[in-house]
Amino acid sequence: MGKYLDIFVGWFGYRLDDWALLTFGTILNILVVVLPVLLAVAMIVWVDRKVWAAIHLRKGPNIVGPFGLLQSFADGLKVFLKETIIPAGANKFLFLLAPALSLIFGLVGWAVIPFGEGVVISDLNVGILYLFAVSSLAVYGIIIAGWASNSRYAFLGAMRSAAQMVSYEVSIGFVLVCVLMCVGSLNLTDVVLAQKNVLFGVNGYFFSGLFPMFIIFFISALAETNRTPFDLPEAEEEIVAGFQIEYSSMSMALFYLGEYANIILMCGMMSILFFGGWLPPFDWEPLYAVPGVIWLFTKMFFFFFCFAWVKMTVPRYRYDQLMRLGWKVFLPISLVWVVLTSGYLVFFGRLAS
Amino acid sequence: MAVLDHAARTIFLTEFVKGMALTLKYFFKKKVTINYPHEKGPLSPRFRGEHALRRYENGEERCIACKLCEAICPAQAITIEADIKEDGSRRTTRYDIDMTKCIYCGFCQEACPVEAIVEGPNFEYSTETREELLYDKEKLLDNGDRWESQLALNIELDAPYR
Repeated sequence: MGKYLDIFVGWFGYRLDDWALLTFGTILNILVVVLPVLLAVAMIVWVDRKVWAAIHLRKGPNIVGPFGLLQSFADGLKVFLKETIIPAGANKFLFLLAPALSLIFGLVGWAVIPFGEGVVISDLNVGILYLFAVSSLAVYGIIIAGWASNSRYAFLGAMRSAAQMVSYEVSIGFVLVCVLMCVGSLNLTDVVLAQKNVLFGVNGYFFSGLFPMFIIFFISALAETNRTPFDLPEAEEEIVAGFQIEYSSMSMALFYLGEYANIILMCGMMSILFFGGWLPPFDWEPLYAVPGVIWLFTKMFFFFFCFAWVKMTVPRYRYDQLMRLGWKVFLPISLVWVVLTSGYLVFFGRLAS
Repeated sequence: MAVLDHAARTIFLTEFVKGMALTLKYFFKKKVTINYPHEKGPLSPRFRGEHALRRYENGEERCIACKLCEAICPAQAITIEADIKEDGSRRTTRYDIDMTKCIYCGFCQEACPVEAIVEGPNFEYSTETREELLYDKEKLLDNGDRWESQLALNIELDAPYR
């Protein structure tokens, strides 16, 4: 920090106040997280396409750069050079605000994700609640886009999306309640540390007792991020591209960035809540030689692979089936699990104070 | 019992796991992609691509202007005008194929008694303007000269089946 401070002293001729230093440091912190996340989004799109291609017996992008690694950047450049078309009947301000919002909500969640012990932008003591709130806000980008486009298809897509996200948030909420009861803290660092010393980083119950909850969380995460079995908001066959239909060039690219940022955020949440975040899979000394960030990224990558794998395996749900699964299957199961978990914790006196 | 079976299948997501296993198996299979501009798939000797007018080995045009191809062409893409040359042989003065009309049925090469008009193995002749696809006699003869070795080989390979 000292170096940057000197630069600032040079610019302004006086030493900066503490608040300015804090602001500058925070901005630097944010950049250190956000830029790699955006880079990761670009690379993960490539991984996505490669996985789909492999399952289709295709090779996927392999022309731009080694193994086609630069494909996303080429696409980004192409999209950047195109015209942003604003429909005549659209609400211009909201129309342009929506993609920005969806990207912002995809990125703000990273503020509380711990990449190692103490390696986190904001070590919030209500980290889980914050993540839960941010993932709920993601629906705003989509519904604003749908409404501002002044198009029936876009509006239909947005309505579906809103209903879907709200439905699955309920079960995600109860899954989170299960986890935080076992941990006894809402802080994500505590959640990870509670999973130390146990196989697959599970605090005696995480993997065994909370495994069904993990499955529910995984499926709900698919619904939250509008991935395939639940990608009704952008169902190509019925409503063309849903809320994105009127978007072109960079505004559409921002939606994609936001969507993928959200997906890796969900992968991060799964690794942290159920699979021990930056901890190695086994509590074995030599494994700690590998930096925790690598473990976290490996886990996130595995979950992302699962996302792509599921996308290529299952067909899309019908709308009523989607609602049935959310309200009549996941909600009761997760609710019962909350009762069972709390009963177990109270009965065996393991409830964290 | 059936109910129990069904319930177990639902709870343990058996069908879903089976599907995932299948797609994972395909994930590791050998890929079938051909990197098209760099690699090309095999073509049959009977492949019907771009047209060509062939010559005899001494350089004489094969076409005798019998107009059978013009007559049989279902898309009416071929236009022929004929005249008597000074050596007394009958030859075309005009042989046009409108490649935008052609449906690549291969009737012209079937109808030809002297194997003059043929459809060769070339399928990469897209153009930037429509006019470039209105082939005249010069272009077709040029194609014939360019592709002759391949055309002759294809005719030879297909001969046993005719």
